[in-house]
Amino acid sequence: MLHVDIYRAIADRTRRAILDELVDRSGQSLFELCARLIMKHGITSSRQAISQHLDVLEAAGLIRTRREGRSKLHWFEGAPLKAIGERWPISTDEHTSQGEDTSHSTDEDIEE
Amino acid sequence: MRINWTSVCVDDQEKALRFYTETLGFRLKHNIPLGEHAWITVVSAEAPEGTELVLEPAGHPAVVPFRKALVEDGIPYTAFAVDDVAAEHERLVAEGVRFVQPPTDLGTVITAVFDDTCGNLIQIMEEKAQP
Repeated sequence: MLHVDIYRAIADRTRRAILDELVDRSGQSLFELCARLIMKHGITSSRQAISQHLDVLEAAGLIRTRREGRSKLHWFEGAPLKAIGERWPISTDEHTSQGEDTSHSTDEDIEE
Repeated sequence: MRINWTSVCVDDQEKALRFYTETLGFRLKHNIPLGEHAWITVVSAEAPEGTELVLEPAGHPAVVPFRKALVEDGIPYTAFAVDDVAAEHERLVAEGVRFVQPPTDLGTVITAVFDDTCGNLIQIMEEKAQP
């Protein structure tokens, strides 16, 4: 089976938006995800392209899929992200992170 | 030329007629026996002279993989307009209808998607008032 490491999986703006939407509501179909990406993020990629992004996220263990009735639904799976915090633990020392806003660059493509 | 009819393919016409009338609340307009199947149409109770929905038998072999692929990806091929998606969702859930997508605000519209029990996903859509 294809394996994708989590760093590559989250290095793409569209894939991060997919995870944002699945955190907002678990158990979405491809159709619902595409509608949310267009209307809420302005991401107009084709269904095929979004489906491929979902394959990458699933290969990285960041989403699970399950059939409900005859539809295939997608869930966010956060457990693999623990590896990031374990590798680079966040300091609890207040002096090291004072006043730094690091949130401004989180929606750019890191690679690709 | 006028758009007076549109079709939805259904597994079982009699079951579909019950769902579309008793559960959704549409009214029977035509039910003309045609041998094995019938030409069955329903209309909105709010617009009895409006567009008729034909409950088409899903008998053609090509319909099977087509609908299977749509339902797998959660795609509603048919959509109906409602004044209040949240209220319809609540009403239909109480009737036992299964939603694959609860009411979702998509900016200009609110939508929800349910299973019509006849092989289709149906979207209901409410256009939000523009400021």
